[in-house]
Amino acid sequence: MQDLGIQVLFRGNNFLRLLEGMWAALRIALIAMALSVLLGFLFGMLMTIHNRAIQCISRIYLETVRIMPQLVLLFLVYFGAAKHMGVNLSGEMASILVFTFWGTAEMGDLVRSALIAVPTHQYESGAALGMKKWQTYFYIVIPQSVRRLLPSAVSLLTRMIKTTSLVVLIGVVEVVKVGKQIIDASRYTNPKAALWVYGAIFLLYFAVCFPFSKLAAVLERKLAE
Amino acid sequence: MEPILQTKHLQKSYDGSHQILKDINFSIKQGEVVVIVGPSGCGKSTFLKCLNMLEPMDRGEIYLDGKSIEREGKNISLYRQKVGMVFQSYELFPHLNVMDNLLLAPRKVQKRKKEEIQKEAETLLLRVGLWEKRKAYPRELSGGQKQRVAIVRALLMHPEVLLLDEITAALDPEMVREVLQVVQELAKEGMTMVIVTHEMKFAKAVADRVLFMDGGIIVEEENPQEFFVYPKTDRAKQFLNTFHYAALEI
Ligand SMILES: Nc1ncnc2c1ncn2[C@@H]1O[C@H](COP(=O)(O)OP(=O)(O)O)[C@@H](O)[C@H]1O
Ligand SMILES: [Mg+2]
Repeated sequence: MQDLGIQVLFRGNNFLRLLEGMWAALRIALIAMALSVLLGFLFGMLMTIHNRAIQCISRIYLETVRIMPQLVLLFLVYFGAAKHMGVNLSGEMASILVFTFWGTAEMGDLVRSALIAVPTHQYESGAALGMKKWQTYFYIVIPQSVRRLLPSAVSLLTRMIKTTSLVVLIGVVEVVKVGKQIIDASRYTNPKAALWVYGAIFLLYFAVCFPFSKLAAVLERKLAE
Repeated sequence: MEPILQTKHLQKSYDGSHQILKDINFSIKQGEVVVIVGPSGCGKSTFLKCLNMLEPMDRGEIYLDGKSIEREGKNISLYRQKVGMVFQSYELFPHLNVMDNLLLAPRKVQKRKKEEIQKEAETLLLRVGLWEKRKAYPRELSGGQKQRVAIVRALLMHPEVLLLDEITAALDPEMVREVLQVVQELAKEGMTMVIVTHEMKFAKAVADRVLFMDGGIIVEEENPQEFFVYPKTDRAKQFLNTFHYAALEI
């Protein structure tokens, strides 16, 4: 008996597998984003220092990340570094590495512009009240910067989640890979499987990204007030 | 009486060549109010920032309670707690409400108990007429209200000396009075203050001593009755002529 197309999603534990695949992709994005936020803050603060060498190197790093397609970076790290330099790197690790490399640059630039957008007299008022440099940063400058960069940071996270669809190409078993496996397995019983599976993946990505992009929009509006 | 705050041969330039402050010898006693006037760009703000060590000076010494102050190091924070400052631009912290603006430094810098500072803050807010606004954010306040909060914020650190840099210059005329009134009351209570202002009537009323600064030096130093009515130098006469304030002639 021929299946109705949609049944492919619910046969066996197919749907659960898709969800697990989605989680694998999401996990890469979330871990990379967490690392990017941490490192990006340091990188951003570094970029506000008036030092030719630091600024030059940061510029090169930023431009490199922006020019290079993420896919090339993934291949470079996974096939290049891992295989040729003898580092044993799983696809997931390589992905996290590349996404963090990318995210740190983008976060750093966001942090930098948010930091310099905080007026000098905010730093001075902190100092005039006897606050130490780190206290001024911690209690005054960073909270104000965070508000400013939150919308763009959330939108960076959505871009990262979307870009995880590339990591299938370096062998990470994530949602697209799982989808392919399901389609392959039901090639003969269900010729319409591809449509349903990819449709489901589309909805999964939508379900994950939409709240974030909505959040970014809301934050942006709040900030403009 | 020993001066509480003093500078000797203070010199300052921003670019290493053009001297903004040439040789400032300044002193203020406990409870005294010194007003600094002078044309815009003559270095008044720079001087106050040097006094507060927000700007490094090139040469000279600062003494607080007779002790020479080191220019660097961890004592700077302690020094700034004793020498408070309020600026021209409303520099409240926009992400904190009024009460949190007030509590931040006493808690984090002086490690005082929250309840104690809060009580004191409420008393001071009551006095400047802003108790109702204690939960408001800076963006919800007028310029005059923000400056009054800024003054309270500086006072809560229990400074020995308060530096005020044109704190009404950015205000609409109708708000100037409410701020100057607060300062005048502080003066009456014996707060030691160095005030830079362009409000000549106020200067005359509040000052124990007036310094006229021009070209990076103190040109005249007088009591206000003398200075505003019989300025000695031509530069001071010229400067005062730019203010048309008939009220002072009385
Ligand atoms: N951060 C700075 N860098 C370079 N020059 C400055 C800086 N701040 C002030 N100046 C210059 O120093 C001079 C004195 O400025 P300022 O102290 O603000 O004068 P005032 O407060 O009396 O109007 C001005 O010529 C001004 O352009
Ligand atoms: Mg000034």
